Amino acid sequence: MTIPFLSLSIWIPIFGGLLTLCASKERQANLARVLGLLFAIAGFLVTIPLYTGFDTGSSAMQFVEFRQWIVYFNAHYSLGVDGISMPFVILNSFITVIVILACWEVVQVKVAQYIAAFLIMSGLMNGIFSAQDGLLFYVFFEASLIPLYLAIGIWGGPNRVYAALKFFLYTLLGSLLMLVAFIYLYLESRGSFELADWHALRLGLQSQSWIFWAFLASFAVKVPMWPVHTWLPDAHVEAPTGGSVVLAAIALKLGAYGFLRFSLPIAPDASQYFAPLMIALSLIAVIYIGFVAIVQADMKKLVAYSSISHMGFVTLGFFMFNPLGVEGALVQMISHGFVSAAMFLCIGVLYDRMHSRQIADYGGVVNVMPRFAALYMLFAMANAGLPATSGFVGEFMVILGAVQFNFWVGFAAATTLILGASYTLWMYKRVIFGAITNPHVAELQDINGRETLFLVVLALCVLGMGIYPFPVTEVMHASVADLLAHVAAGKL
Amino acid sequence: MEFQIPNFLPLLPEITLATFGLVILLVVAFARRCGTSLAFYLAQAGLLCAVVATWMVADELNVTFGQMYLYSPLGDLLKMATCLIVAGGLLYGRDYLRAHGMETGEFYLLVLFATLGIMVLVSAGSLLTVYIGLEMLSLASYALVASNRDSARATEAAMKYFVLGALASGLLLYGMSMVYGATQSLGLIDVARTLFEQQAANRTILLFGLVFVVAGVAFKLGVVPFHMWLPDVYDGAPTPVTMFIASASKLAAFAMACRLLAFGLWDLIEHWRHMLLFVAIASIVLGNVAAIAQSSIKRMLAYSSISHMGFLLLGFISSVPANIHHAYASALFYALTYALSSLAAFGILSLMTREGIDAENIDDLRGLNKHSSWWAAMMAIVMFSMAGLPFFVGFFAKFFVLQAFWQAGYAVLTVIAVLMSLIGAFYYLRVVKVIFFDEAQDARTVGGHWFARGVLSANVLALAALGLFPSLAMQLCVVVMQNSL
Repeated sequence: MTIPFLSLSIWIPIFGGLLTLCASKERQANLARVLGLLFAIAGFLVTIPLYTGFDTGSSAMQFVEFRQWIVYFNAHYSLGVDGISMPFVILNSFITVIVILACWEVVQVKVAQYIAAFLIMSGLMNGIFSAQDGLLFYVFFEASLIPLYLAIGIWGGPNRVYAALKFFLYTLLGSLLMLVAFIYLYLESRGSFELADWHALRLGLQSQSWIFWAFLASFAVKVPMWPVHTWLPDAHVEAPTGGSVVLAAIALKLGAYGFLRFSLPIAPDASQYFAPLMIALSLIAVIYIGFVAIVQADMKKLVAYSSISHMGFVTLGFFMFNPLGVEGALVQMISHGFVSAAMFLCIGVLYDRMHSRQIADYGGVVNVMPRFAALYMLFAMANAGLPATSGFVGEFMVILGAVQFNFWVGFAAATTLILGASYTLWMYKRVIFGAITNPHVAELQDINGRETLFLVVLALCVLGMGIYPFPVTEVMHASVADLLAHVAAGKL
Repeated sequence: MEFQIPNFLPLLPEITLATFGLVILLVVAFARRCGTSLAFYLAQAGLLCAVVATWMVADELNVTFGQMYLYSPLGDLLKMATCLIVAGGLLYGRDYLRAHGMETGEFYLLVLFATLGIMVLVSAGSLLTVYIGLEMLSLASYALVASNRDSARATEAAMKYFVLGALASGLLLYGMSMVYGATQSLGLIDVARTLFEQQAANRTILLFGLVFVVAGVAFKLGVVPFHMWLPDVYDGAPTPVTMFIASASKLAAFAMACRLLAFGLWDLIEHWRHMLLFVAIASIVLGNVAAIAQSSIKRMLAYSSISHMGFLLLGFISSVPANIHHAYASALFYALTYALSSLAAFGILSLMTREGIDAENIDDLRGLNKHSSWWAAMMAIVMFSMAGLPFFVGFFAKFFVLQAFWQAGYAVLTVIAVLMSLIGAFYYLRVVKVIFFDEAQDARTVGGHWFARGVLSANVLALAALGLFPSLAMQLCVVVMQNSL
């Protein structure tokens, strides 16, 4: 009997979360923390066989699980990962461990609920990445809104209610339109929710266009693409550190993943037809949002805008339809998962001590927190795309792909290297360097062992991927090539 | 003409319930001291016995008493669901009634008779039985709404309910008389057969009658433009009564719509479909938009029930010949899940009542998470389910209905309905916000008997369990519909 690793990676965190809720008394906070950490680690460990047992030569779904779910609608509990989704399952489970570690002393109210929310969310996200059935995907996709809504609303900043509601309604609007598209596809494919059937389904350009727009409504909000990005800065600023980390590292990837899994294979001709539009929107995100990031006075907002800009790179890579672009975008997604998580954690470290995210409140932090400053430096460099960090690999591949596609697109995309450096490093300079600007900064304590631990682990990931990205790109080749062949063949 | 003794056996559940009702009447009259408690247990026993009796006599589609009484799997399912829901409602409501000094034997008696009315309505085989069942339900409901007779609001609500309800009953009766005039028959089977055989006969008078019948059904469902009574009655009535009107009564209205429109007047579907289409879309829009502005949670749930009934009707009107059962099954599934979730919602509200202070405003739930995480989670589950979010059953109910609606060819209207449910999500989320994000004002939490709390928790968890595994329930609905129409 084969072990159902995907099911385990989904349900261990969810059951762990529910179990943690049992320790919800305030005096049981430590028990909740330990339980949460154990389940997060267990959830991460079961995803490792997904990588070690992965057949890199095949583009087919692996670790497939297939059971009856809703017989009447012919919907199945159908799971599987390919080279595109497998890295995200691992990334997600890994980030969850970091999130639980990061909240250790920081979150003091409703600890069990906090940990449970993130564990349950982690399980749901794994479900999204591994669902091979439309209805199952949708169910996971929408259910994952609930824990994040609660996380932002309960542990968030002063304006949290507004941000939580905005986040929820924005993303729900998109997913509801996607649901309509799913119903259409279900009927067109004569009663099947299997993604494989939908991929093979012949559709005219007009119906493909409708489907493409319905999917766009959902995924563009989630990515988020310009001009539907406005929920993200609000959500990030108000969210607790863990919320920001999960939002940036995983939730944004869902939208991009949706493009690859749904828009491109199901509506390939429409995707090609609308590719110029998508490229234009992506470039606007890269350049315009890059400029917006420069002028931010709030660190979290700055990193939020930089996330949007980086995700613009991802969608740009997808819609050029060449292997370099798509693989570069995928690498960029994973790298952004590490880097943005680390950036938000660093800001969290500062915020926990100073209770301010304003750049102007800081200055000269390096004098009192040298270890922190060194690690933060690495992540800032990675965010700016410095070679030998993971941020560089993805960006470079996408730029190469873009130049292959069209020189001027590549040229415009390459401006990110300048913009990224200017907003990140300028922020870094103002916060970390210089003389100590105020007495609060002078009282700062350097990072403790726990904080050092998760930052160093993330730093190793960032460096490892930057120096030797082959293990990551290796698993993607077959799936990406297969996807691009499918898109090129079209359905008309 | 030879006289035949009709087959009484299928009426066993109704007879059981009526017997228990009469026993309660005696108990209330003679056992002064412990009469109320005894009445409560007798009512529960009666309802559970009726469930068992329904289970025992469940049978294929057939008639008895001429055509007066028509029994079918649909009727059996709805009867069992109604009895269980009413039993749950009485259990959740008891503490509220005690706190308000309203617990009398007559209350349970009236509830039992109202339930009996629903059961008669559910298995009505002729226009006359429909009317009798409806009146039995309505008259008992009017009295129940007014049961807190010292409250001006409750009395006002009861008057409103009574006057408008009587008007609607009149309209329905008027429509029925025209249908009778056009078809020369009262039995629903005969009506359907006559309509099928003489396509063109008396169409004008028939359609005229149809309009009144639809109006009567729409009033009972509480949909636009016959929704005016609903917010006032929900708000004014004691919470346990609201619970009854919002759950069991909706099942009755659904059964009535099935019997009259989908069964008797099936041949006029092209006509009633268009009427109901307008009614449904208008309800979804108005219900959702108006719910945003409410500060009383009972009023909010009232407007939300208007929109839920609109959704139910979407399933109901999606019955194109290719997938009749599919469409009605979706409406049935919606009705059952809605009844279950509104039972849970009002159950929580009535158990939150303390020393005569009601949980009526959304703000009364403020900071519930501080005092009781469990009940905060329970209320959140109900709200998420009503908003149609997965993994809760409300999502599958909406999905089922919308899928049928799209399949019937209403693509644009499906999108509108979907967008309206986004608005719906807003006000349900506001309740969740109040529970989880706001600071607590007073230590208000869910109290009541441990058994009531346990059943209520099971009720809420059923929403989640059905959301994870909706397969069986859906198939049940489809099979029931296939064998009943």
